[in-house]
Amino acid sequence: MTTDLTRRSAAEMASLLSTREVSAVELTQAHLDRTDAVDALVHSYLHVDHEGALAQARAVDQRRAAGDDLHPLAGVPIAVKDILTTKGLPTTCGSRILEGWVPPYDATVVTRLREAGMPILGKTNLDEFAMGSSTEHSAYGPSRNPWDLERIPGGSGGGSSSVIASFQAPLAIGTDTGGSIRQPAAVTGTVGTKPTYGSVSRYGLVALASSLDQAGPCARTVLDTALLHAVIAGHDQLDSTSIDAPVPAVVEAALRADVSGMTVGVIRQLTGEGYQAGVQTRFDEAVALLVERGAKVVEVDCPNFDYALAAYYLILPSEASSNLAKFDAMRYGLRVPPAEVDDPSAEQVMAASRDAGFGDEVKRRIILGTYALSSGYYDAYYGQAQKVRRLIADDFSRAFASADVLLSPTAPTTAFRLGEKLDDPMAMYRGDVATIPANLAGVPGMSLPSGLSDEDGLPTGIQILAPATQDDRLYAVGAALEAALLERWGAPLLTRAPDLSQGAVT
Amino acid sequence: MALTRDDVAHLASLARIDLSNDELDRMLGELSVILDSVAQVQQAPTEGVEPMSHPLPLTNVTRPDVPRPSLTAAEALSGAPAQEQQRFSVPRILDLD
Amino acid sequence: MTTHATREPETLMGYDEALTHFDPVMGLEVHVELGTATKMFCGCSTTFGAAPNTQTCPVCLGLPGALPVVNEIGVESAIRIGLALNCEIATWCRFARKNYFYPDMPKNFQTSQYDEPIAYEGYLDVDLDDGTTFRVPIERAHMEEDTGKSLHVGGATGRIQGADHSLVDYNRAGIPLIEIVTKPITGAGERAPEVARAYATALRDLLKALDVSDVKMEQGSMRADVNLSLRPRAADAQDQDAVPLGTRTETKNVNSFRSVERAVRHEVMRHGAILHGGGSILQETRHWHEDTGLTTSGREKSDAEDYRYFPEPDLVPVAPTRELVEALRATLPEPPAERRKRLLADWGYSDLEMRDVQNAGVVELIEATVSAGGSPAGARKWWMGEPSRRANGQAQDVASYAAEVGLTPALVAELEGLVTGGRLNDQLARQVMDGVLDGEGTPTAVADARGLELVKDDGALEAAVDAVIAANEGVADKVRDGKLQAAGALIGLVMKQMKGQADAARAREMILAKLGQG
Repeated sequence: MTTDLTRRSAAEMASLLSTREVSAVELTQAHLDRTDAVDALVHSYLHVDHEGALAQARAVDQRRAAGDDLHPLAGVPIAVKDILTTKGLPTTCGSRILEGWVPPYDATVVTRLREAGMPILGKTNLDEFAMGSSTEHSAYGPSRNPWDLERIPGGSGGGSSSVIASFQAPLAIGTDTGGSIRQPAAVTGTVGTKPTYGSVSRYGLVALASSLDQAGPCARTVLDTALLHAVIAGHDQLDSTSIDAPVPAVVEAALRADVSGMTVGVIRQLTGEGYQAGVQTRFDEAVALLVERGAKVVEVDCPNFDYALAAYYLILPSEASSNLAKFDAMRYGLRVPPAEVDDPSAEQVMAASRDAGFGDEVKRRIILGTYALSSGYYDAYYGQAQKVRRLIADDFSRAFASADVLLSPTAPTTAFRLGEKLDDPMAMYRGDVATIPANLAGVPGMSLPSGLSDEDGLPTGIQILAPATQDDRLYAVGAALEAALLERWGAPLLTRAPDLSQGAVT
Repeated sequence: MALTRDDVAHLASLARIDLSNDELDRMLGELSVILDSVAQVQQAPTEGVEPMSHPLPLTNVTRPDVPRPSLTAAEALSGAPAQEQQRFSVPRILDLD
Repeated sequence: MTTHATREPETLMGYDEALTHFDPVMGLEVHVELGTATKMFCGCSTTFGAAPNTQTCPVCLGLPGALPVVNEIGVESAIRIGLALNCEIATWCRFARKNYFYPDMPKNFQTSQYDEPIAYEGYLDVDLDDGTTFRVPIERAHMEEDTGKSLHVGGATGRIQGADHSLVDYNRAGIPLIEIVTKPITGAGERAPEVARAYATALRDLLKALDVSDVKMEQGSMRADVNLSLRPRAADAQDQDAVPLGTRTETKNVNSFRSVERAVRHEVMRHGAILHGGGSILQETRHWHEDTGLTTSGREKSDAEDYRYFPEPDLVPVAPTRELVEALRATLPEPPAERRKRLLADWGYSDLEMRDVQNAGVVELIEATVSAGGSPAGARKWWMGEPSRRANGQAQDVASYAAEVGLTPALVAELEGLVTGGRLNDQLARQVMDGVLDGEGTPTAVADARGLELVKDDGALEAAVDAVIAANEGVADKVRDGKLQAAGALIGLVMKQMKGQADAARAREMILAKLGQG
C-alpha cells in the first residue's frame, strides 16, 4: 500500500484525500518512509522535516474532519529546493556559508504552499547558490539520478528532480535561472516548468541573477505540474518585479490537452548539430506526434540565440557578484578568522569567511561578474550582453508571430556521468544552450519526457516555449503530447526506471 | 584583452574573497577560457539596440508610506555570528572616510 | 591600510593672500533624510530613538531572498525637491546598485541612482548678507537609502580609530535619503565661504518649507560634504572660466552651517599654502574638526572608486507622468526667498526689521498673527518683545517656547485687539502679556482677573486731573504760560493716580484744555 501511494500522481493523491480513502498523515508518512528507504542512495534532500511535515499533515486531517473548506491539494506533500527561505527550517542554498542558517521568514511561494495545506517534507539539494548544471557544486555532495546513480540528476535543481523521479515526493518546487528546472526534468524523465518571469514571486528566493530567476513547479505529470503552478503563481506586493495579472488558466489547459489548430515552431538554432543522436530522434518523433494530433509545424529562425550563452554567462555572474556580496559574515552565516592574523579587521574576516564558505564555481562567477561590471569593461561586457538580450527577446517576438509555441530538445545530451564535466566549466555551461534563451527573454518554458535515448537508455526531454504570460499554452501542448506518448509507451516512462529499494544499481 | 594574475588578485580584493595562491592560479586559467567565450557578445549586431535590464515592461511599482510589522530584535539577530547590547558585533572596522 | 594623519597643524596661507593668487571653486553635496513614516524600500517604521534592531525586516537587514519595494512618498518628495530646485524631472529613470563593502551596509551595495537621477539641471538663488543674490547651479537630486549605525567599542574616544570592535544597529538602514549635488560653483571669489553657508541655509529653509524632512544638521537629518579646489587667478576676470579646475578635496563631518563656511575658508587657506609652495593637492577625503577649526586627512579618494554601478534589477523604472509632476508642482509652497520679498512688501518692514524677525525665527508666527487679525507692526512688536526675551533666556526658539506656554498667534492678535479697541494701553498690555506667559490664561481673562482696564469714564479722569492741577500749581502755571512740555509731569501724576488705567492721550488733552492750551 505504501509503495502504491508514492507511485500515484499528485492529482490522484488529492482525490484519495478528498474521499478520505487516505489521510494526509498516511500519505506524508508513506513519503517519509520512502525517503528513509532510498535517499541514502539518491541524496535528494539536505534536510528532512519529519516532525514538521507530519504536524502539518495532522492539521489538514483535523480541518478536513471539521468540514473546513480545503484547497484541492491540501494534504499532498511537497519538497522545496533549498534556495527558498523556510521559517524555522534550515536554508543553506547548498553552501557552507549558510550552513545552519534558519531564516526568520518564509518565501512567498512557501507561504502559499502552507496556506494550501501542503505538508513540506524537506529542503532539496542544489548546486551552490543555484550555480551549476549537475548539482555537483553542492557543498554537501551531489544528488544522483534515480535512472543511474552514477550520473547527474541535472542542475542546479538536481535535488528537486531526483526527489520526484525517486518517488520521495509527488511535487517539488524548483528554481530556474538558465534551465535549472527544465534540464533536471529532462535528464530524470520528469516534468518541470519555468513560468513567465514575474509570474511567481521571488520574495524569499535567494537571488542568483535577479532578472533571470524564477521559481516553478516540478512533478511527474503535466497536470500535476499545472496544479502546483496554480498554487504558487500570482502577484505579490513584496516583489516589485511581480506581474499584477490573473494566473493563466494552466489547469484547464492541461485538462484540455488539445493541440489541434496550433502551430508549433521548431527553432533552427536549437536542433541538429551538437545534439546527441538519441535526444534528437526522440525530439523529432515528438514533433511528428504533435502533427498527428492536429498541430502544424514550421521552422523558425532565431539567429541571435547563438549569442545567448555568452550573454547569459556575463549577465548572471554580474548580478550574482552583487547579490552574493551580502554574505560577509557580519549579520548571519559563516564567520571564520583569517589564518595567522592577530586582531583581524572586519574586512579581513569578510574575505576569509567568503573564501572558506564559497565553493569554486561560485568564486569563479563572482570574480567574472566583478570584472564584467568594472569600470572600463562595463560597456564591452555587461552593457553589451544586455543589448544581446534585447536581440534575443526580439527573435522570440518574431518567432511567436508565426507559431503559438516553440520547440526544441531541452538539453543537448542525456545525463552525463558524475565528474565528467567538472574540470571544464565551459563544457558544463554549453549544456544550457537550449534553456538559456527563455530566461534572457523572460518567456515561459516547460520540459517533459520525450522518451529514452537509444544509445544509453536514459531519459530525454522536449522543451516547449510560449510567449510571456501565455503559460497555459505550455500545458495545452504538453498535456497533449504527454497523452500521445503515454499511448505509445503503454505506461509512464518512470515505470521503466530502476527499483531503488533494491539498493545501489550498477 | 588578456586577464593577468594581478587582475584576478585585484578583482578578488574588490569582491572581498581572500583567494589562496593556488586558487588564484587556477582561476586565472579558467576565467581566461570563459572570458574568451563570452567575449563573443561583442560580435553580435547590437548597433542601435537598447540594452534590456528588465524582461518585463513594468514601471512605477510603489507602495504606500504605511508601516508594516518589523521583525523582533531577537529574530533580526537570530543569525548573528556575534551580538552585544542587542546589536551585531563585528570586528574592528577600517576607516572608510 | 588607512593612515590616520596626526593633528599637526598644516601650513595655512592667509585667506586674503590666497584669494589674490587663486580662484576657489566649490561643490556641495547635501544628503537629506526624509521624514517619511517608513523606509525607502520596506515598511519598517522610521521613528527616531527606537531600541536597536527593532525596526528591521528581511529587506533592510539584507537577509537572503528579500526584495525592495519603493516608497511612493519617497518618489514624490524627490520630485518636489527637484521642482523646488528648478530642476528637470526625468520622464523615465532607474535605480542603480552602488557596490561596496562596509559592515553598516546590509546588502554591501547601496540602492541609489547613477546616471539617471530623478531630477537634474536646476539652480537655487541664494541671498547673501549684502542683499545681492547668487545663483548656485544644481547638477542633480536623486533617491537613495541610508546605512545602519555603528558604535565603535574599545577605543578611547568612541571613534573608529583605536576601536577593537563595533556594534551595528540597522534601524537607520534603508531610511530614504535624497542626495542633492551642485555643479562646480564658480564666480564666488572671496565670498566663497559665505556663498557655501548661504546655500546650505537656503537649502535647509527650502526643504523645511516643503515639509519633507526636519533638516537638523546637528541630528544628522541633513548632512553636507564640502568640496573645494583652487585654480590660478586669471589676470583678466573674463578669462577666469577658461582656467582648468584644480584638484579637489572633499571635507566631511561638517555639522553646522557655520562649519560649512569655516571648512571652505580653511581649505582655501590650506590648498593655497600647498600650491603656492609649489606642491600639489592630494585628492582625498578630509575630516572637519569643529573644535580646532582644521581638517585632517582621511582616506585617499580615487575619483572612480570602482562602485561597479548597474541598473537595479529588483526594481522597475520610475516614470513620473507629467500629470503627477504638475500635481506635485501645485503643492509646492512659495519659495522662501519669494515669500520674504512678498511679506516685506505687504508688511512694510525695513530690511533690518525683516532680517531681525527672520533671525528670531518668528516670521511664521507673525504671518499667523496677521491672519488672525493682528497688524504686521503690532505682531512684530509683540513677538519680538517678552516672548523672544523669555525664549532666549531658556535657550529655546520662540516657536517652541510659545507652544510650550500656550501663546498662540490668535492670542497675540487678541492682545493687540485689546489695545486698538481701547481697553488697554501699551503699558497695561505688557502686564497682560506677562500674565499670559505665566499661564494665567488668555489676554482677556488676564485683564479681567487683574482688573486691568483703561478707565473710559471722563468723570473719574477729570477728577484726577483737577486734583493733580490743584496740587501742582507751579507746574500748571508753566503750562498756562505756553510750556506745553511741562504737561508731561502732570500727565505722569494723573496716570499714577489712576493706577495706569487711564488713556494718557485723553489725560493730556484734558490737562491742556483746562490750562487754556487745548
